[in-house]
Amino acid sequence: MNNRYLSVDSVDKVFGTEPNTTRVLDKVNLTVEKGEYISIIGHSGCGKSTLLNIIAGLHTASSGYVILDGKEVNAPGPDRSLVFQNHSLLPWLTVYENVTLAVNKVFKNKKNATERKAWALKNLEMVGMSHALNRLPSEISGGMKQRVGIARALAMEPKLLLLDEPFGALDALTRAHLQDEVMRIQAELNNTVLMITHDVDEAVLLSDRIVMMTNGPEATIGEILDIRLPRPRDRIALADNPEYNHYRREVLRFLHEKQRKVAPLPKADKANPVPQASAKRA
Amino acid sequence: MSESKTLAVSSPVARLQLPSAETLAQHGRRVGRFFLRQIVPPVVVIGALLLLWEVLCSRPGAMLPAPSQMLDDTWELIVNPFYDYGGNDVGMGWQVLASLERVAYGYSLAVIVGVALGVLVGKSTWAMRGLDPLFQVLRTVPPLAWLPISLAAFQASNPSAIFVIFITAIWPIIINTSVGVRNIPEDYRNVARVLRLNGFENFTKIMLPAAAPYVFSGLRIGIGLSWLAIVAAEMLIGGVGIGFFIWDAWNASQISDIVLALIYVGLVGYALDALVGLVGKRVTRGTAS
Repeated sequence: MNNRYLSVDSVDKVFGTEPNTTRVLDKVNLTVEKGEYISIIGHSGCGKSTLLNIIAGLHTASSGYVILDGKEVNAPGPDRSLVFQNHSLLPWLTVYENVTLAVNKVFKNKKNATERKAWALKNLEMVGMSHALNRLPSEISGGMKQRVGIARALAMEPKLLLLDEPFGALDALTRAHLQDEVMRIQAELNNTVLMITHDVDEAVLLSDRIVMMTNGPEATIGEILDIRLPRPRDRIALADNPEYNHYRREVLRFLHEKQRKVAPLPKADKANPVPQASAKRA
Repeated sequence: MSESKTLAVSSPVARLQLPSAETLAQHGRRVGRFFLRQIVPPVVVIGALLLLWEVLCSRPGAMLPAPSQMLDDTWELIVNPFYDYGGNDVGMGWQVLASLERVAYGYSLAVIVGVALGVLVGKSTWAMRGLDPLFQVLRTVPPLAWLPISLAAFQASNPSAIFVIFITAIWPIIINTSVGVRNIPEDYRNVARVLRLNGFENFTKIMLPAAAPYVFSGLRIGIGLSWLAIVAAEMLIGGVGIGFFIWDAWNASQISDIVLALIYVGLVGYALDALVGLVGKRVTRGTAS
């Protein structure tokens, strides 16, 4: 029974107070195995960030529950470390200090001072940031900040790594580079990862499964796509791979046919009206 | 432990080599450019103003002394800032230091109480609703209006002057601190929540550094106001201090002494502002302006 490492059980999320309420999430069910890499994809406003925040414990579910490794989640904690889109490094601390803040807190009683220092340095080395330990976040590039954010999250030795559009604010080349790094690190550490993304290629390349969410409000999981591509994956080789392109097409079809965001123009296919055409942002 | 060594790697020993003529010339050009851009404009402007002043006040019947006259009158004070003939008859250095001492006491108290109240008002909505109207009204009371009531309360001039400094400097410190605490980005709070920082850790590691740029802009306004208030308060309370020195000089019709004192007041005020700005820059690692 180790295949239910994380389970999200009929989670609802309602914002606002009666009678002005918005049901953002409606009966979300998801189970994740240990070591799996899951991507959650959907149009903006579909509540994927809300779902991630509930799993992180930053928001509470209106009903339903989240269980991680046999324990119910009801508050944030270092066993579920987050990497935010805007890196959220503390600007008054250096790269090294940003990581040690987390390491010193999480391993206060488990490691001595030298071990903690070595552990922080090891994690920074893993993301290739050993050269900039004493720089401030304002002195390094966006991609480097995100590396430090990943190092900080990994250094907490989380049971679950939560990535909230981690590469969204980066340019395409930096993004590809960091995706490769994350794949390498995940292969090495076998972390369980939950990643939110807008990017179809990113989802197919990195994930074991892609969770596709319907449009909000009342968003829920529409389809789950298993990505059975062998690892390690190479983006160049996969570019011509028919299987890869098949998965890509499946996700695109879900996002752009089944869950179209905008109303079709009057001349468009009238035989196939879109139910969520006027969906508001959650 | 190879990782920790990377921290301790020192830079290679500097090569002992004389700079070439080329680099010396470059350096010379840089110094020359700095001199032209930064030093020449203020010197020209100040020189022109002094000349204008000299011309205007050298005419017969002029009410104020010309710079040359002033320099002549105050030469003893300028070259001898630390004489002490007892009583109020002490050098300008002592006068300024006496004022600075009062400011130091009043301002330090204002920093401690102001930051504490600011954090309270920033953290607690209830405290903000209760205290904000009070702050908004009291902060508009002019510094000197507090002097009679503090004289009545303390029955002594020195504590009254210190209280006036305190009550003048505290408002911008409270208000800026509370804004800073209220504006801590959600991301930083989330970091604290994920790490499960306790109240004390959250205060010292997240809240204070995140609010520091705001706090320091409050501190900078506060030190400026303190210095404005002390000169005015000392005119009324008497004793040693740059404010009463000005008042005393006026009563003795020594206008040149007043001009010298104003120059001192301006320079010290500028130095105080620069000092707080510098401390802010160091403490916040450049995130405060």
